[in-house]
Amino acid sequence: MNNPLYQKHIISIPDLSRQELELIVDTAQSIKQQPRPELLKNKVVASCFFEASTRTRLSFETAVQRLGGSVIGFADGGNTSLGKKGETLVDSVKVISSYSDAFFMRHPQEGAARLASEFSSVPVVNGGDGSNQHPTQTLLDLFTIYETQGSLEGLKVAFVGDLKYGRTVHSLTQALSLFGCEFYFIAPKALAMPDYIIEELNEREITYSLHDSIEEVVNELDILYMTRVQKERFDETEYQHMKSSFILRANMLEQVKDNLKILHPLPRVDEITTDVDTTPYAYYFEQAENGVYARQALLALIMTNEFGAQ
Amino acid sequence: MKKKLQVEAIAHGTVIDHVPAGQGIKILKFFQLSAAQERITVGLNLPSGEQQQKDLIKVENTVFDENQANQLALFAPNATINVIEDFEVVRKFHVSTPEQVKGVFACPNSNCISHNEPIDSNFYVRHQQQDIKLKCHYCEKSFDRSLFSELD
Repeated sequence: MNNPLYQKHIISIPDLSRQELELIVDTAQSIKQQPRPELLKNKVVASCFFEASTRTRLSFETAVQRLGGSVIGFADGGNTSLGKKGETLVDSVKVISSYSDAFFMRHPQEGAARLASEFSSVPVVNGGDGSNQHPTQTLLDLFTIYETQGSLEGLKVAFVGDLKYGRTVHSLTQALSLFGCEFYFIAPKALAMPDYIIEELNEREITYSLHDSIEEVVNELDILYMTRVQKERFDETEYQHMKSSFILRANMLEQVKDNLKILHPLPRVDEITTDVDTTPYAYYFEQAENGVYARQALLALIMTNEFGAQ
Repeated sequence: MKKKLQVEAIAHGTVIDHVPAGQGIKILKFFQLSAAQERITVGLNLPSGEQQQKDLIKVENTVFDENQANQLALFAPNATINVIEDFEVVRKFHVSTPEQVKGVFACPNSNCISHNEPIDSNFYVRHQQQDIKLKCHYCEKSFDRSLFSELD
């Protein structure tokens, strides 16, 4: 029996079922505990970054190489003949997919990965398409939450910062809502969670609440997911007035639950002070490391039958 | 008392009735009905029992296919289409909102990949209370009807 993700495109979190998300998380844990350096031997994976994203690219390429596969590709589409000669994405995808066994891509325009999946003969993994989706970030977040809590079920999860433009928090909310989690949204009004996410939560009868500061809820949480409030979205006076509510400091963690873990998609600027790094709650650097295991798991599942068929 | 027709009867063609007042001109423009050189009669702001006022369009020698009828539902969800032969209504049906609309509207998101590639736009139609929203298959963003210049 094939695993349900074998030869599938990974474009958007809402495309994945709860069972498929669990399979990816279980596989990431298995690969983290028992590396599989031969799994993609003799396989070629194309790494197509039509816009630069160093961390995501390095994480994907490390994942391929740790599984024994080879990487071809480019780090910035603007510097390739694809970008300079004006070839359509459709034509580029047809050619690239004929060279490789799978490919992951980052593109500045929303919908690029979905379009690629319709013209590719091999599985496509979305590494971020404009402001739309970045599903592998969500998969690594889910794996990290599972690793630290032992479950994804019924957790109390707060999201802090730029909830309007942060595609990371949109996708993670969509995924965790399949597991009956309760949400706390902490953001300036100008950067509140978009209506379509709120409407989805209402339709699914998911419990959530809106807050003005981290202190209001921090002692109740299992996961505190921080993101950066971008200074450029506010004028200087407004930013100075507002930012203290959305900065996490170590002295705010004195009465939190023992199992609390603080996550952040990185890079951080000043929204988590460095004194938090040495507390037992900080887990953002481990989270970044987990990105490689989560991407290894995903590539292993879409390119082999090794895991899902068990 | 004999009812007097406010718009002249047609021999063959289609009568689109129960169009919300104000939508008639938009429908003419969107479907490019005048381009076919057929005779078209239009009634605007006609009295209507159900809607108080309605628009009505009669197009001679033209029959709406199912796809056009579904697209019509985006402008006029309660419209009825009457197919006329020899001055008689031979078929009458209500339009129904399509689940998907392909290749008709440009995505209002200017950064959507559908603008730059040799593909049809593609939207999923979702009912929300009394209105509809169109969700782009590619960029995954949902839009109110008012954001589509073609429907304006």
